[in-house]
Amino acid sequence: MLELILFNVTNGLIIGAFYVLMALGLSLILNLSNVINFAHGNFLALGGYMAFVLTPFIGFWGALLVSPVLTALFGFVIERLMIRRVYARDPVYSLLLTFGLAFIIQDACRYIWGPNGLPMSIPDVLAQPLTPELFFITWYRIFMVAIVIVAVAGLFAFLRYTRVGIRIRAGTLDLDTVNALGVNVGMLRSFNFAVGSLLAGLAGVLAAGQIGLNPNMGDDLLMPSFIAIIVGGIGSLTGTLLGGLLIGVAAALTTVVWPAASEAVIYVIMLIVLVVRPRGLLGEEGMLT
Amino acid sequence: MSATTADAVRHAPARPWLTAAIIWALLLTVPVWLPMLGGYTALAGRVLVLGLAAMSFNLLLGFTGVMSFGHAAYFGLGAYGAGLTLKYLAASTPLAMLMGVLLGGVAGTLFGLLIVRRRGVYFAMVTVAFGQIAFYIAYSWNDLTGGYDGLRGFNRAPLDFGFATIDIADNGTAFYYFLLAVFAVATGLQGLLLASPFGRTLLAIRENERRARFLGIPIERHIWMSFSISCCFTALAGALYALLNNFADPMGLHYSLSGEIVIMAVMGGMRAFWGPLVGATLFVVAQDYISSMTVNWMSFVGLIFVLVVLFFPRGLLGMLQRMGGR
Repeated sequence: MLELILFNVTNGLIIGAFYVLMALGLSLILNLSNVINFAHGNFLALGGYMAFVLTPFIGFWGALLVSPVLTALFGFVIERLMIRRVYARDPVYSLLLTFGLAFIIQDACRYIWGPNGLPMSIPDVLAQPLTPELFFITWYRIFMVAIVIVAVAGLFAFLRYTRVGIRIRAGTLDLDTVNALGVNVGMLRSFNFAVGSLLAGLAGVLAAGQIGLNPNMGDDLLMPSFIAIIVGGIGSLTGTLLGGLLIGVAAALTTVVWPAASEAVIYVIMLIVLVVRPRGLLGEEGMLT
Repeated sequence: MSATTADAVRHAPARPWLTAAIIWALLLTVPVWLPMLGGYTALAGRVLVLGLAAMSFNLLLGFTGVMSFGHAAYFGLGAYGAGLTLKYLAASTPLAMLMGVLLGGVAGTLFGLLIVRRRGVYFAMVTVAFGQIAFYIAYSWNDLTGGYDGLRGFNRAPLDFGFATIDIADNGTAFYYFLLAVFAVATGLQGLLLASPFGRTLLAIRENERRARFLGIPIERHIWMSFSISCCFTALAGALYALLNNFADPMGLHYSLSGEIVIMAVMGGMRAFWGPLVGATLFVVAQDYISSMTVNWMSFVGLIFVLVVLFFPRGLLGMLQRMGGR
């Protein structure tokens, strides 16, 4: 029984970590550009597949570094070529655009790498279980959580201490003023989109090592990420972080008691938040709502 | 945003009756000309049903200025409502439609209460997430809904008026005209609604919410009512869809259908009353054609989204209106 609980709690932590990575990327883009990136889950898949292609040449560790950067580059190009054109229009257009992109990227992945799952090899060190008793917890699981913690800490440090990061946060609050102060807002948004994509790509590499690759691998993460943002409060990255952890752990704990309801509990949390505190845990009234 | 809106208002349809007359003439004669073009009547039924869904959705997007991205939920609830009624309650087509509308409408009305204060992308995001709840329930509640495989084992029943019976169960043409009749009543009601003071108020909210609020209009209540009405009509379309296929599946609740409903409204012209129907026609025919040609139809559907957004944002009727208005 103890092992079952431990198993589910670590699972919950890992799933929560993925929700957090996805949701933070989505949230970054949403806050600065007012765009819901429906293709975010497909960016994740793309990150995973690129790691799959790169691994034979530069190894898992190389792919872990390079693949997210390539995903970021991809996001940057997409933003420059297409999404940038619809900022001035009704938000419905940016949603439809990313929606269409999601279809295209998913189908492209299926076309290139096939509809079936592909295994991704991870270094032997990471594939070992922690101890023989805790055979269900591999080092890879610990490693994933550690990487996510480092990435999230890095993101918050970047937003707090670097010039670009500060500008991104300022732009979230008042983009017109940031523009008037002489910041190239267009480039700032592109860069920000790339950072969001980077997080998706990183999540993709990590997920590929755990569950393997398939063209829809990001789809199941998209909706919980939306819910993490809604629960945490739109406009607040810290809120998104909290929201992701909350629903991840809640889902895991429910699995212990009542496995069938583990997904339902996420939706229940969202409804409770919408009724009791519509702006979300840390959201501010009036921001983007 | 404001520039396009002003444009659309200035170029209001020059001859609204002409558009309506052409559309009705085409719709009434479908069983005559469609087979000649190599189409089949069931395809026209799909167009009508999804056209009704897109027009109902457009009450929100085009005429209230609120962006729901979760309308597949109400469409699917309508379908399941109708299917479950036929399967477990009674073999009555009108009752099935009523139950479908009730299920989708009540869900939309209740949920609407929670979100009327939200706007823009946040509204879209919350509606998507809520829509997935319906998908999740239909997907997981295996015993009742058939889960992943969808709800099967029901058939639409012939219409029985007491003095006469119309066989819509087996006669495809009769069923098409039944769909058309329901479509006519529903769109007629929508037209009346938009022409009423209530509909005009919705336009005022779309054009300038703050000014409407200063005029003393209770914005939240109007948006809530508009949302509920839109959900009821969308659920009606969903119920018809279940009757059309004798089948209800969870993909009819999935958010990708919500996106398709939105693109139909946009590609036909969301500021035009008939725009979503035109968009649904283009989309359904294109999808039918592409999916018969290639397994990679998803890419092409995605491409339609991208091209419409980047190059034809006003939609077909919007462009025609603009050209006619100059």
